[in-house]
Amino acid sequence: MSRFGEPANTSLIPAPIARQPWGMLIPLFLLVIFGAAVLYSAAGGAMQPFASSHLIRFAVFMLMAAIIASLPHPFVKFMTYPAYGIVLLLLLAVEIVGAIGGGSQRWLDLGFMRLQPSEIMKPVVVLALARFFSSLPPGMVGSWQALALPGVLIGLPMALVLMQPDLGTSLAVAFGGAVVMLLAGLPIKWFAAGGAVAAVAAPIAFFFGLQDYQQRRVTTFLDPESDPLGAGYHITQSKIAIGSGGITGKGFNQGSQSHLDYLPEPHTDFVFSTMAEEWGFIGGMFVMLMFALILRWGWRVASASNDRFSMLLAGGATATIFFYIAINLMMVMGLAPVVGIPLPWMSHGGSSMLTNMICIGLLMMVNRWNRMAPRRGLSS
Amino acid sequence: MALRGARSTLNPTKLKNAFDRRSFVVSTAMGGIGVLLATRMAYLSIGENEKYRTEAESNRVNLTLIPPRRGWILDRNGAPLASNRADFRVDIIPERMNNPDATIEQLGTLLGLETDRINDIKSKVEASRGFRPIEVASGLAYQDFAAVSVRLPDLPGVVPQRGFSRYYPTGPTVGHLIGYVGPASAEEYELDRNPLLITPGYKIGKDGMEKQFEQTLRGVPGARRVEVTASGRIVRDLETREDIQGNAVRLTIDGPLQDYAARRIGLESGSVVVMDCQTGDLLCMASMPSFDPNSFSDGIGSIEYSMLREDERVPLRNKVLKGLYPPGSTVKPMVSMAFLKEGIDPDETVFCGGGLRVGNRVFRCWNRRGHGQVNMAKAIYQSCDVYYYHLAQRIGMDPIAAMNRRCGLGEEFPLPVTSQFYGTVPDPEWKLKKFGREWQAFDTVNATIGQGYMLASPLQLAVSAARVATGRHVMPRLTMDTPPKGFDQVDFPPQHVAYVRQAMSDVVNGPGTAGRGRLPFDDILMAGKTGTAQVVSLNISDGRSGPWKYRDHGLFTFFAPFDNPRYAGAVVIEHGGGSGAAYPIARDVMTFLFDPRQGLEKLRALEAQWGGNAQERLSAKYAAYAEARGEIVSAPPRRDEDIFARVEAEARSAAEQSEEIAEQAVTPRPEAAPRGEPRPSPIELIQNEAQP
Repeated sequence: MSRFGEPANTSLIPAPIARQPWGMLIPLFLLVIFGAAVLYSAAGGAMQPFASSHLIRFAVFMLMAAIIASLPHPFVKFMTYPAYGIVLLLLLAVEIVGAIGGGSQRWLDLGFMRLQPSEIMKPVVVLALARFFSSLPPGMVGSWQALALPGVLIGLPMALVLMQPDLGTSLAVAFGGAVVMLLAGLPIKWFAAGGAVAAVAAPIAFFFGLQDYQQRRVTTFLDPESDPLGAGYHITQSKIAIGSGGITGKGFNQGSQSHLDYLPEPHTDFVFSTMAEEWGFIGGMFVMLMFALILRWGWRVASASNDRFSMLLAGGATATIFFYIAINLMMVMGLAPVVGIPLPWMSHGGSSMLTNMICIGLLMMVNRWNRMAPRRGLSS
Repeated sequence: MALRGARSTLNPTKLKNAFDRRSFVVSTAMGGIGVLLATRMAYLSIGENEKYRTEAESNRVNLTLIPPRRGWILDRNGAPLASNRADFRVDIIPERMNNPDATIEQLGTLLGLETDRINDIKSKVEASRGFRPIEVASGLAYQDFAAVSVRLPDLPGVVPQRGFSRYYPTGPTVGHLIGYVGPASAEEYELDRNPLLITPGYKIGKDGMEKQFEQTLRGVPGARRVEVTASGRIVRDLETREDIQGNAVRLTIDGPLQDYAARRIGLESGSVVVMDCQTGDLLCMASMPSFDPNSFSDGIGSIEYSMLREDERVPLRNKVLKGLYPPGSTVKPMVSMAFLKEGIDPDETVFCGGGLRVGNRVFRCWNRRGHGQVNMAKAIYQSCDVYYYHLAQRIGMDPIAAMNRRCGLGEEFPLPVTSQFYGTVPDPEWKLKKFGREWQAFDTVNATIGQGYMLASPLQLAVSAARVATGRHVMPRLTMDTPPKGFDQVDFPPQHVAYVRQAMSDVVNGPGTAGRGRLPFDDILMAGKTGTAQVVSLNISDGRSGPWKYRDHGLFTFFAPFDNPRYAGAVVIEHGGGSGAAYPIARDVMTFLFDPRQGLEKLRALEAQWGGNAQERLSAKYAAYAEARGEIVSAPPRRDEDIFARVEAEARSAAEQSEEIAEQAVTPRPEAAPRGEPRPSPIELIQNEAQP
């Protein structure tokens, strides 16, 4: 196997299997299986209700990723904008249904599953921006047009998601979009200016834009001990779970923090804490290593891309996955406020799995394009 | 496109280079965050492991203290004045109840609780939060307990359990002496940060001996370590350690005598103190009317509390220690001792013509017709006031005040009690300091007959009787492990003691003021001194009839046998209408002490007229009160201590009542039965009371 997971010339293994990107898939499978084990423990030592559905979902979404991976380049480019439009309409539909139903709603009930359009929006924004910059003449990258339409492409879904209100997801959308714009070569001083604006806007947004409970999460993050039984409880209990695990952990199914309900959400947002309590520092390092391997593969796919669209798409998808991992881990270790972002492939929950598997599917798709059309010029 | 110069050079190759550069920077930044996270994880799980391991453990393990069984309080013979009763009790845990009101109603029906008790529980449930148990009932009969136990599946949040509750076998007769127990208040927990104090079901001593010997009686709690979930549900038991019962405290009190004396007080309000002259042992410190400490242990109900609070006879005040009364003529033996010490010949006579002019006022003797020629013995047994008016002016106030103090008036005794009032022995210096006025001749006159500013507690009067009787500086003691004190200090020479003893014997056994106080024994003679203390001026009340609170206090100090004193004591009956209310009680108490059977016969006859013994009357009174009041009663104060704080304030103001007439010429009241005329029987006293 070569370093990019491309087929080796030895033919002991059948070619269709050998050409799969095993450098990413093996860490991914290990993570999902490990996640299922942690969920088994979080359910008090049972496959139901978390672990089995986790594995089934992964199988279904893996199939979906394989289908995405097989899509041809022109078709994807052609479908990007319509897809963006459809998802935006779905987001709008959620708002309307929520407004009619009274109260905030984030999902549409499709009968067989509850679809969160905001989750699909994350990879779709990356797709749309990649599509936009791939068709923007190189000479115009420094012009205002390079900022105006992407601003709208990111701003519309962000606004709709914020209205739900879902701060975590809207930040994820913004982060994915910003990384694509950065990689597209927009002048670096624009990002510096954007950072400065954000620094000024953040306090204003904090006082006027955030809900009460969101404000509390931020203040609690700055000083968890200020409210040890309220909002600070989550962070404190999570740190106790991770800290009490030590180097080797308390042993599989032996975590007291998760089993005795001290840890909130032991199967979703705080699944890493559940894992760390039972598997210790070693378990934590294993999970981080698996994530590192997957992300490194993502960057290599991006670098090996033949055209600007693939390149930006792969970079943006990798950044989106990274955003989930980083924010979740920072949250559970007390380095970020509680924002309700799950840990990819470990947390129980369909929507985040869907998003991340779409990203994986897109990366596999780009990887396949790279393999089929070896690197040539940079015209797209 | 009007591009600025630099921008026009942008081309696909430059963009590819920018991508490579920037993707390198971004992925490096991601790697940096990864390193940061790994470092943070190492810090939490390796560096801070010990701290978080401890915190996880304190989350997981809940230490439940098992309240220790409280040590017993014993009388001098080892009989329990306070013990523990194995108890079936029912608690409720509000958090686990689906429908608290309905469940409490159902429990009320099952256990036969009264309406006001049910309402008390409901208001406690509303005020409480969390999973702290609230007591519904304790001391249940087994069948009631079983009735609740079999219905448990329908009664979520109800916890029937076996425990121990404090039990006072003689109820109200030891209320003031022993005190009572109750759950610790927030303030008490501030003072003593023992986690036991906030353990459900644990009660600390709140008053009297229970409070004074709290640390001795407490014992060592047992412990149960259980694994609990975040919501407090017990997952499993880890280990259990048994409790160690607290140590017993043995008092010098003679339990039966205490009970007898308290019951003998009957319908009156007053106190009886009896001491052992040879050891200083306090054998009896009865104060009535009282409360039943058993009902305080379960948290006093609002109706019962308002009944106690509204009673003008203040059943919440320990009158032995905190009742202050003008001692009246009971100071005369002490004043006589002062005369003897100053060298006055006891045979010197003073002519009593029924009064004596001091300054521009005439101070009357209680006997308007006068006693004729009076020597010291006659002055004591006939309680002649003029004799004392006359001679007191000769020696002045200071020797008299010094003698009163030597006898124990104004003294605070080293006793294990929560508080004692020590009264007033007035002298010129004291008056100047307190009122800024000079001492006058009439102040001396008033003080020599125990009126004016003078105030003493029944305990002090009992000690004074013991000191006069023995001539020794007897110190009272309350626990068997305190050594007797004061017997090596001789206060009075034997010939003075012998003279006063004989005169005090004549009060009872001779031509004195307490002729009906003779003990029913030929070989044991009791000596004593009557006293009648005026509380309001003559133009308000004649002291014997009219409103109860204006009537005179009746006092009697005594010792027996008179020639070789073994027991000494004092009886004070508040507003009893004169010393005639006091000395028959002393007589019966001493009769009981020497011959319990004869004493009890008398008491039974009296109690038949009164309508039962103290405990029965208190229950009957409570029942009648609750019925009359229905549910319209004031809510009890938040904490039981508040009840006592209020009573103490009232006690002080009651003591000041006689200060108002201190400046007036006191007209001494006729002594009890100077001519041996029969005293009104208790029945007549009750009738007098009924028609003010």
